[in-house]
Amino acid sequence: MSAILVLEDGRTFTGAAYGAVGETFGEAVFTTAMTGYQETLTDPSYHRQVVVQTAPHIGNTGVNDEDQESRRIWVAGYVVRDPARRPSNWRSLRSLDDELEAQGIVGISGIDTRALTRHLRERGAMRCGVSSVSADRDALLQKVLAAPPMTGADLSAEVSTQSAYTVAAIGEHRFTVAALDFGIKSMTPHRMAERGITSHVLPSTSSPDEVVATGADAVFLANGPGDPATADVAVETVRELLRREVPVFGICFGNQVLGRAFGFGTYKLGYGHRGINQPVQDRASGKVEVTAHNHGFAVDAPLDRASDTEFGTVEVSHVCLNDNVVEGLIARDVKAFSVQYHPEAAAGPHDAAYLFDRFVELLDA
Amino acid sequence: MPRRTDISHILVIGSGPIVIGQACEFDYSGTQACRVLRSEGYRVSLINSNPATIMTDPEFADATYIEPLTPEFVERVIDAERPDAVLPTLGGQTALNLAVALHEAGVLERYGVELIGADIEAIQRGEDRQRFKDIVRQAGGEVPESLVCRTLDEAVEFAATVGDRVVIRPSFTMGGLGSGLASNADEVRTMVARGLSASPVHEVLVEQSVVGWKEFELELMRDKNDNVVVVCSIENLDPMGVHTGDSITVAPAMTLTDREYQHMRDVGIAVLREVGVDTGGCNIQFAIDPRTGRMIVIEMNPRVSRSSALASKATGFPIAKIAAKLAVGYTLDEISNDITRETPAAFEPALDYVVVKVPRFAFEKFAGADPVLTTHMKSVGEAMAIGRNFTEAMGKALRSMETKAAGFWTVPDENLPKDELLERAAIPTDGRIYTVGQALRAGASVDEVAAATGIDPWFVDQLALIIEVGAGVQDAPTLSESLLRTAKRHGLSDRQIAALRPELAGEDGVRSLRHRLDIRPVFKTVDTCAAEFAAATPYHYSSYDEETEVAPQRDREKVIILGSGPNRIGQGIEFDYSCVHAVMALRDAGYETVMINCNPETVSTDYDTADRLYFEPLTFEDVVEVVHAEQQSGTVAGVICTLGGQTPLGLAQRLKDAGIPVLGTQPEAIDLAEHRGAFGRVLDEAELPAPKHGTAISFDQAKTVADSIGYPVLVRPSYVLGGRGMEIVYDEEHLSDYINRATEITADHPVLVDRFLDDAIEIDVDALFDGTDLYLGGVMEHIEEAGIHSGDSACALPPITLGAADIDAVRRSTMAIARGVGVRGLLNVQYALAGDTLYVLEANPRASRTVPFVSKATAVQLAKAAARIAVGTTIAQLRAEGLLPAHGDGGDLPADAPIAVKEAVLPFARFRTPAGDQVDSILGPEMKSTGEVMGFDATFGAAFAKSQAAAYGSLPVKGTVFVSIANRDKRAAIFPVKRLYDLGFTVLATAGTAQVLRRNGVDVEVVGKFSDGPGNVVEKILAGEVDLVLNTPWGSGGPRVDGYEIRTAAVTAGIPCLTTVQAAAAAVQGIEEISRGEVGVRSLQDLHAQLTEWRNA
Ligand SMILES: Nc1ncnc2c1ncn2[C@@H]1O[C@H](COP(=O)(O)OP(=O)(O)O)[C@@H](O)[C@H]1O
Ligand SMILES: Nc1ncnc2c1ncn2[C@@H]1O[C@H](COP(=O)(O)OP(=O)(O)O)[C@@H](O)[C@H]1O
Ligand SMILES: [Mg+2]
Ligand SMILES: [Mg+2]
Repeated sequence: MSAILVLEDGRTFTGAAYGAVGETFGEAVFTTAMTGYQETLTDPSYHRQVVVQTAPHIGNTGVNDEDQESRRIWVAGYVVRDPARRPSNWRSLRSLDDELEAQGIVGISGIDTRALTRHLRERGAMRCGVSSVSADRDALLQKVLAAPPMTGADLSAEVSTQSAYTVAAIGEHRFTVAALDFGIKSMTPHRMAERGITSHVLPSTSSPDEVVATGADAVFLANGPGDPATADVAVETVRELLRREVPVFGICFGNQVLGRAFGFGTYKLGYGHRGINQPVQDRASGKVEVTAHNHGFAVDAPLDRASDTEFGTVEVSHVCLNDNVVEGLIARDVKAFSVQYHPEAAAGPHDAAYLFDRFVELLDA
Repeated sequence: MPRRTDISHILVIGSGPIVIGQACEFDYSGTQACRVLRSEGYRVSLINSNPATIMTDPEFADATYIEPLTPEFVERVIDAERPDAVLPTLGGQTALNLAVALHEAGVLERYGVELIGADIEAIQRGEDRQRFKDIVRQAGGEVPESLVCRTLDEAVEFAATVGDRVVIRPSFTMGGLGSGLASNADEVRTMVARGLSASPVHEVLVEQSVVGWKEFELELMRDKNDNVVVVCSIENLDPMGVHTGDSITVAPAMTLTDREYQHMRDVGIAVLREVGVDTGGCNIQFAIDPRTGRMIVIEMNPRVSRSSALASKATGFPIAKIAAKLAVGYTLDEISNDITRETPAAFEPALDYVVVKVPRFAFEKFAGADPVLTTHMKSVGEAMAIGRNFTEAMGKALRSMETKAAGFWTVPDENLPKDELLERAAIPTDGRIYTVGQALRAGASVDEVAAATGIDPWFVDQLALIIEVGAGVQDAPTLSESLLRTAKRHGLSDRQIAALRPELAGEDGVRSLRHRLDIRPVFKTVDTCAAEFAAATPYHYSSYDEETEVAPQRDREKVIILGSGPNRIGQGIEFDYSCVHAVMALRDAGYETVMINCNPETVSTDYDTADRLYFEPLTFEDVVEVVHAEQQSGTVAGVICTLGGQTPLGLAQRLKDAGIPVLGTQPEAIDLAEHRGAFGRVLDEAELPAPKHGTAISFDQAKTVADSIGYPVLVRPSYVLGGRGMEIVYDEEHLSDYINRATEITADHPVLVDRFLDDAIEIDVDALFDGTDLYLGGVMEHIEEAGIHSGDSACALPPITLGAADIDAVRRSTMAIARGVGVRGLLNVQYALAGDTLYVLEANPRASRTVPFVSKATAVQLAKAAARIAVGTTIAQLRAEGLLPAHGDGGDLPADAPIAVKEAVLPFARFRTPAGDQVDSILGPEMKSTGEVMGFDATFGAAFAKSQAAAYGSLPVKGTVFVSIANRDKRAAIFPVKRLYDLGFTVLATAGTAQVLRRNGVDVEVVGKFSDGPGNVVEKILAGEVDLVLNTPWGSGGPRVDGYEIRTAAVTAGIPCLTTVQAAAAAVQGIEEISRGEVGVRSLQDLHAQLTEWRNA
C-alpha cells in the first residue's frame, strides 16, 4: 500500500505505508542515530513529532520488553527508508512493524530520507502530514497548515505522569530526589537508582510545596517535549525551590526551565540536535564527550562571560562543538546545574554518565 | 593546544612491499601522514622499500629512503638523518615491529629519538596476546580461555582441556600468518609447530574456539587529553573463524541493539585506555554469541590497520591524517572535519548508507592451495561498495570483484539439491555467498541457511530479498517499469537483469530500456554526518534513489580517470600510482579531475586526491552512469582508460561505442596490440621477429604446431592476464596433459603455442609515444631469463649486460611498435634477447606494473607525462615544460648512473595444501608475486643485495650454502658457487652437482635429497643448518620433484632461496659488497639530484 508525506512548504514524498494505516500530523524532525530506534520511539520528548530516521535500515533487531523508555511510543509518525523484513536479535520478541501497528503509529517507508533530511536542514524543522489512506496531496497539505506549530506548544502536561510514583534506589539508599516529569525517560531514574537515589517522579505541574513534601534532598528536572517558553508554571516552581535552597539538576527541557529560572531566554533552533554523536565540551576540563541529543530549542546565555542572576553567578558549563549552542549551565552560588543533552543516554554513548555522579557529589556536599 | 614545537624532524616508517595482509592501505595512510606533517611545518624523512607507493614519491617527504625495512637499514637512515622522532603507527605491523626492534636494540635511545603516536609499553600490551587478555579482564571485558605456549607439549595439554577445538595464533604476526583452527589433537600438533616458527618471538597463543559467533570490529581514536571517539563499527557477514580480511564485512554494524553497541563501545574504550594507546587510531575486534549476546574481546591493533583504511573510506573520517595530527600534539577538538569544514573531528560519524566490503582471492594461481577460509588471511585484495541499503551495496560490491561471477545469476548454477548446497555453504570458501544464493533458490529457508553458515538471519534474509527480486524479474510476464526500478533499488545490475530476461537482448538491451524509462541512479554524498551539515567535499556514490547531489561544475573541463579496482596478482598498487599521478598532472594542467574506483585501500580513493571521487564499481554500466552525471553537470573532455591496468583497458571500446570520448591510446590501437593475429601483422610490417607460434583447439593441432616449431613450447589460453594458465612444455606427453587440463578450449578461445626461447635475456621497456616522438622511459634487464613472468623476476635499470647496440635495437623496435599500434601515451614492451635476435614477446599499450619503478629509478614521472599526452600535449612540449628532461631519455643513462634493482615478493608462505604442506614456490611464466621492492645504489651488487634484504631479509655473508642444480645450469653455476666457497661459505650439494663442483676445486659435502630419507637436506634446512639455497629446476622429474621439498623448506625456514643461476650470480655480487661493508643509504632526492645534474650537464 502506498503512502505520502507532505511538508508544510508543499514538498511531497511518495512511499509505502509502514506501521499503522491512517493519517498523522506533527513536526518533521530527523535523528541521525544509527542504533536505538526502540528507545527513540518511546522517548516522550518526541511527542507530536514525525521522526525521520537517517539510518536506512530500521527494525533489524526487532522490539523487546527491556529497551523502551516509557510506557508507549510517542512519535506522531515514523519515516524510514528500509524497514527490516525480519528482525534478528537474541532479545527480540516481535517485529517493529507489528509494534507500530499495535500502537497505531502511522509511518511511511521507502522514500529518499536523505533528500527529506537535507530539505529540513536547509529550510528548518516544519510541520508535515503522513497519510496512507488518501493520496490527495493538496487536501493533506491543507490539514498540515491547519495543524498547530511546535513553537508555543505546551506539551509536558500531555506526556507527564498524572500521579506520583517512586523508583527505589538499587542497593543502599543514599538520597531522595523529586523528579518533575516533563516527559521523563525510564533510564533516568534508573541511572539515579544505580547510585543509591530513590526518585519520586511527580506530575510536571507539581507545586514547590508538593515537591518539598516528598522530603527530597534535591529536585531533578526531566526532559520533555514542547516549547520551553510556555513553561511559566514550572519556571516559577523552580525559582521558588531555588529560593528555598533546594539543590537542582536538570536535563534537556529541564535545562531550559532552569535557564529561564535564572532569567535567560530560550529560542528555537533551525532544525535542532537529534542524534547520539554530538560532541559536547565540558568547558571546565576541556574534555569532549560524545552525547545523545534530542532538542529543538536552546537556552540563550552568553558564552564569553559569567552572568549575574537573581541566584548569583551562573556560567555556561558545556557547549556543543558543532555549533556552539549552550549545552549546560552551572550556578556558582546555589546548588544547581543542568545540561541540554541526555546523560542517561538511552539510546546513546555513556560518556556523560559522570553528570549523575556530579549530582551525587552535590547532594553529598 | 597547538602542535608540538619541541620536535622538528620526524621519520615515518612505511610498510614495505605489498603482501597478503598488508597492502596499499598503508600507502594511503603513510601518504596522508607525510602530507599532514609537512603542512604542519615538520621536516619529514621516510623509509619504505616499496617503489610502487605514492608516499615514496620524492615530493612527499624531505628525504625519502627506498631502503630495506630492516633494523640495520632503519638505523642507518636514523644515523644519516638524525630525526627527533619516529612515527611507526602508520606502516602496519612491519613498522610497529621495527619500532620494537629498534627500541630493544637500544637504537632509539642511542640516537635520542622519541617514538610518537605509540609507546613501546602500549605496543607490547596490545600485541602480546596474553598480556592483552589480562588487560581486557582488568577493563571489565571477557576473553576466550587461552594459554600462551612456547612448546608443543604445553599447547597439546591445554588444548585437551578445552576439547581440542582451539585457535592457534602466533604472537607478532600480521594477517594471521601461521594461525589456524584445530578441531582435534593431530591438528593441534601440526598447527602449533607451524605457529611457533611463524612467530618472531616463537610463541603461540592457544585459544578456545568460538567459531560461528558474530564478529565485529570498532575503529577508535584517542587524543592526548584522553578524548576518545568511535569512528566506525564494522560487522562481519562471515562469522568467527574467517579472518576479517577474508570476510565480507558491512558498516555500520547491522544487527546490534543500542544496548549491545554501547556495551561494545564502553569495553572498547576501557581497553584502549587500559592498554594506554598514546594517541591515534586503534582497532578492536569482538565476538558475540548469537544465542546469549555474550560478548568477548578477540584482539586489538594499537595502530592504523587495514580496517582503518576501510573505515576511513566508509565514513569519510580520515583516520590516518588525524592520527598524524594527534601524534604531534593536537587534540580531536582542535582538528576540523574537512568534509563539513564547520564541525570538529571530535565526533562520531553517522552513516545514512550501507558499506559492503568483499575480499578478492587468487587461489587459482597456487596449485594445491587449500581454498577453505580460516583464521589466517588468504585474500589478495578487496573492493568496497556504498549503497543506500544493504542489497544495493552488496550488488555493487559483488560486481566490483571482476571475477567470472558478477553477482547472482551471472554464472550458471550447478543445479545441486538443497541439502548438498547447504552442506557446501557450511564451509567458508571464496564465493560461498553464491552457494548461499543457490541454496535459497533451491528452496532453503532463511533459518536453514543461517544455521548452516552462521551468517546472521538478518543478512540471510537480505540475500533472500535479492533472490526474490530476481525471481520477480524473471517470472513477470513483462518487465514493468516499477519492477525494473525495484530491481535497481536492490542492486541488480543490467547484466544480472539481462541474465534473467533473455529476450531483452543482453546488458545493452536492458540499459537502453532503462534509459528510455529514465531509470538512472542519482549520486549521493559521503559526508560523515548523515546530511546534518552541508558537505564541502564531493565524495559521491550512486544509488537508485530520488535526489542527486552532484553540484554543477562548468568553469573547468573534466577528465575522468578510471582506477584499477581490487588488488589482485598482476594488477595492484602500481596502477593506482599511475592513476594518482594522472590526477596530479591534469589538475596542474587546469582540468577538473574525476576519479572512479572501488578499492578502499588506495590513495586514488582518498577523497582529497581528485577534485571529485566516485566510489563505484568499474563496470561498463556504472562508469557510463558516472560519465552521464558528469556530463549533466559540466563538460567532459574524456575518459582515461590506459592507466588503471587491464580493467579500464577492457572498457575502452565499449565506452567509445557509447559515444564517450576516450583519451590517449584509442580502443582500436589497444585491440591491435592485444589481439594475437593483428599484433603479428604489426610486427611483420615492422619486420620485428616474434617467437614462432601457432594456435590450436585440439591436442593434434597443438602437437603439429609444437613439432613444427620445436620443443620446449610455451602454451597458454588466449586473452590472459598475469600469465594465467601459462606453462612451459618440454615434451609431447606434457603437451597432451596440458590440453587435457586446459578447460574451455573453443574455436574463438584457442590455446596459443609459442616457441619457448631458452636462455634468452628478457627485457622490459616502458616508453611514451605521442604520434611523432618516442621517449624511452627505461630499459629493464631481467635477472632471471625469459620464462619467469616479468612480474616475478628481478630486473635492473639501467641494464647491466646490454650494450649500446642492444639498447638502440630496443629503441628502434619500441618506436616501430608504438607507431604501428598507434600508441598515444604509455607503452610497455617485453622482449627476449636470444643470441643476437631481439624477439618481441608482447606489447601492452598502457601503463605497466613497472612505471613507478622506472619513474623512481630515472627521476622522470612517466604517468604524469602520459596523462598530458592523453589530453594532446606533445613530448616536445613536455620536454620544454620540464615534465620530461630537455634532452636524453631513460635509455641513455650514463655508465656511472646509480643502479636500481626491482625484486618481486611472493606469497608462498601463506598458502598450504589441505594437508598443511606448503605450495611449491617455483617461478614460471605465470605471475605469482603480490608486490615488489626496490634496491637503489651506486653498484649493481649493492642494489641487488638491498633488493634481497628488502624482500627476504638480508643475504648471509657467511655460513652454509646448499646447491642443487639442473644439468643445463651446471656450467653457469660453477663460477658463483666457487666465489661463495672462496668467501668462506661451507658448500653442501646433491651428488650430481657435487661432482661438477669438486672437479672445479670446490670442496663440497654431499647431502642426500629428500627422497634419500633421514639426514637429507630438507631436514638440515628446517633445522636451521643452511643459510642460503641455490636450486634451479628443469622440465619435469629431476630436481623438480625434490626441488619442491627443498624450496618449500627454505620458505618455511625463511632463508633466501635462489631458483636461477642468474639470481645466484647477482646474489654473489651482493654478498661481496656487503662483506666489504660498502652498503650505505642514500635518499631518493639525492640520487635524483645526481641524475638531473648529469642530464643538464
Ligand atoms: N577464539 C576464536 N575462535 C574462533 N575464531 C577466532 C578466534 N579468535 C580469532 N578468530 C578468527 O580469526 C581471525 C583472526 O584473528 P585475529 O585475532 O584478528 O588475528 P589477526 O591479527 O590476524 O587479525 C579473526 O578475524 C576471527 O575470525
Ligand atoms: N616465447 C617465449 N619464450 C620464453 N619466455 C616467454 C615467451 N613468451 C613469454 N615468456 C615469458 O612469460 C612471461 C609472461 O608472458 P607475457 O606474454 O608477458 O604474458 P603476460 O601478459 O601475462 O605478461 C613473460 O614475462 C616471459 O618471461
Ligand atoms: Mg584481526
Ligand atoms: Mg608480460
